[in-house]
Amino acid sequence: MHIMEGFLPIEHAIGWTAASAPFVAYGLYTINKRIKEKPEQRMLLGVAAAFTFVLSALKMPSVTGSCSHPTGTGLGAILFGPAAMAPIGMVVLLFQAILLAHGGLTTLGANIFSMAIVGPFAAAAIYRLAKAARIPFGSSIFLAASCADLLTYVTTSAQLALAFPDPAGGFAASFAKFATVFAVTQIPLAISEGLLTVIVMNALLRFNPLELQDMNVITAQEAQA
Amino acid sequence: MKRYQNLLMMFAVVVLVALPLWMVQKPAPGPDGKDVEIFLGADDQAKNVIGTIAPEYQPWFKPLMEPPSGEVGSLLFALQAALGAGFIGYWYGSATATARIRREQGNKAPC
Repeated sequence: MHIMEGFLPIEHAIGWTAASAPFVAYGLYTINKRIKEKPEQRMLLGVAAAFTFVLSALKMPSVTGSCSHPTGTGLGAILFGPAAMAPIGMVVLLFQAILLAHGGLTTLGANIFSMAIVGPFAAAAIYRLAKAARIPFGSSIFLAASCADLLTYVTTSAQLALAFPDPAGGFAASFAKFATVFAVTQIPLAISEGLLTVIVMNALLRFNPLELQDMNVITAQEAQA
Repeated sequence: MKRYQNLLMMFAVVVLVALPLWMVQKPAPGPDGKDVEIFLGADDQAKNVIGTIAPEYQPWFKPLMEPPSGEVGSLLFALQAALGAGFIGYWYGSATATARIRREQGNKAPC
């Protein structure tokens, strides 16, 4: 899913880096604050980061005949708020950019923006909306995580379309082309990510109901159930 | 019931991954006789799209370090997954143990 090294014109690379930097800084601040206030949540933060590590390492085949990987950012965004995922996503992206030549340093800002900002904010917002609409817990998590995954790739497509508008059709034509590559490939993977997130959330619900209640993920009644 | 649900969801993920392998047929070799490769990374396909939209575009920065072969690349991807899965396993193990100890103590408490 990552935009490859050197494949964004320099102005775009700088622009996306500037757009992502404040989110990463604010995310670090919220994580530090949270760990200081509630050290018992360190373990769950580790689980959220580990989940992102696993899922973004799994390149899965898709119906379009190409491979891509899920992002795993939905879980942490629902637990710790979307801002916390920006630095965590950056760590994963840096690991892949430096060691694996997957993604890149010049495109890091753009990739953080799609995977670690747009995805998590979408996940958190969709989860809140679904809760407000009284959609059951499992379905809310599934919706939030899979939409976050898909929107990450829609964002990547938009970023590439902005950088490379079609000479004839402009942004829209170019966006359609990139979205066929990224977003359509991602649909089955987004479903997988949604299901895996529900599985981990079910385990969290079973073993850490009090923490989840404390984090405002579930209500007191749900914690008791 | 919960456990049954989780198993069902895991099974669905396996099906979602396996189904494309079976559905997508390898196209016949092109006129140049070269084998068409399938299940390449979506990133590579995006690179090709950029090539058709802006043929004159040259990437202006190269990765500092590239895995010397696909094997080494898969080693690093496996390492990344192992780190994450290892931590989740550690959490799950300690969570089940804590829950069990709590339950046993709860049973003893009344006497």
